[in-house]
Amino acid sequence: MLSATDFWVYFAAQPLLWIVLTLAVYSAAVVLHRLAGQTPLLHPVLISMIVLISLLLLTSTPYETYFSGAQFIHFLLGPATVAIAVPLFDYFDKIRELWLPILIACLVGAFSAAAIAVGVAWLFDARMETLLSIAPKSVTSPIALGISQKIGGFPELSAALCLVTGVLGSLLVPSVLKVLRVSDEETQGFVLGLTSHGFGTALALETGALAGAFAGLAMGLTGLITALMIPLLAALF
Amino acid sequence: MIIHGLLLVLLFQLIGELIVVSLSLPIPGPVLGMVFLLLLLLFFKRVPKSLRTTSDTLLSNLALLFVPAGVGLVLHFELLRSEWWIILLALVISSIGAAIATTLTFTLLLKRQRGKEGGDA
Repeated sequence: MLSATDFWVYFAAQPLLWIVLTLAVYSAAVVLHRLAGQTPLLHPVLISMIVLISLLLLTSTPYETYFSGAQFIHFLLGPATVAIAVPLFDYFDKIRELWLPILIACLVGAFSAAAIAVGVAWLFDARMETLLSIAPKSVTSPIALGISQKIGGFPELSAALCLVTGVLGSLLVPSVLKVLRVSDEETQGFVLGLTSHGFGTALALETGALAGAFAGLAMGLTGLITALMIPLLAALF
Repeated sequence: MIIHGLLLVLLFQLIGELIVVSLSLPIPGPVLGMVFLLLLLLFFKRVPKSLRTTSDTLLSNLALLFVPAGVGLVLHFELLRSEWWIILLALVISSIGAAIATTLTFTLLLKRQRGKEGGDA
């Protein structure tokens, strides 16, 4: 007979356990998020991170063991990035019509988001690795991971900072929009998608389909612009 | 068949990665793959059903795909312990700042463009 400990020792070393746990914890977190009325404070990704990190710490499992299983989920970030081409194609007529405002606002937004974040961190004497990891924070995480890897930040830290940015953005940006008296769906969606990527897009979709479309567009374009801009800027220093 | 859509997406990722590696470009391979796939779609002017299915599946579960990397935060507790408040401050200020900058720019340009179109009509 296997004891519970033997059982754990055997399965904890198998990739399968960590895939199953990641999916199970995430699914439960989605249900919890829905029950709590979709509040951004209880976003499924944040809950999953907290639960899984606690589990790793409690069982003294190294991250490498966890990642041996979780890498199969992680791998799909690449294909998911490529797949953003489909919604970009869907809204291409609208993009073409408003291409100049979209492009300029995206450049301004992507640059100010990265510059203000790095600037504040630099003012308070943050480490170089922190500065490099914080730079791609406004971008949807798969792209931020790639950027961070390229410029020598910590990819996992960048991805986590993106998630935190998304949560903060969906809490703060609606108030900014209210203060600035923005009422049209295009601008609301655009600003939400630009500053808070996937989290903002989800929030914009609750406002309406047009806001959602512009949020998705801003998210994709900001990702693209930041992916081109940050490595070039980082190379200058 | 969903496998065709998946193949198409993976193929474009591979093309993107190959170009990035061979030319040592400073951008992530999948981003380049996305641009090439968009160009292909614009050329054929339609999205194959299998690609639509694959894309919808991946993007509607996008949040899940962040979890493994997010758990990797556990590796950076040391850095976070000393600098968490700087990071939080930087994220809050830049979120508000970027939202204001983007809103003002976009609203201004949108108004100008619509004003011009109205004038033409």
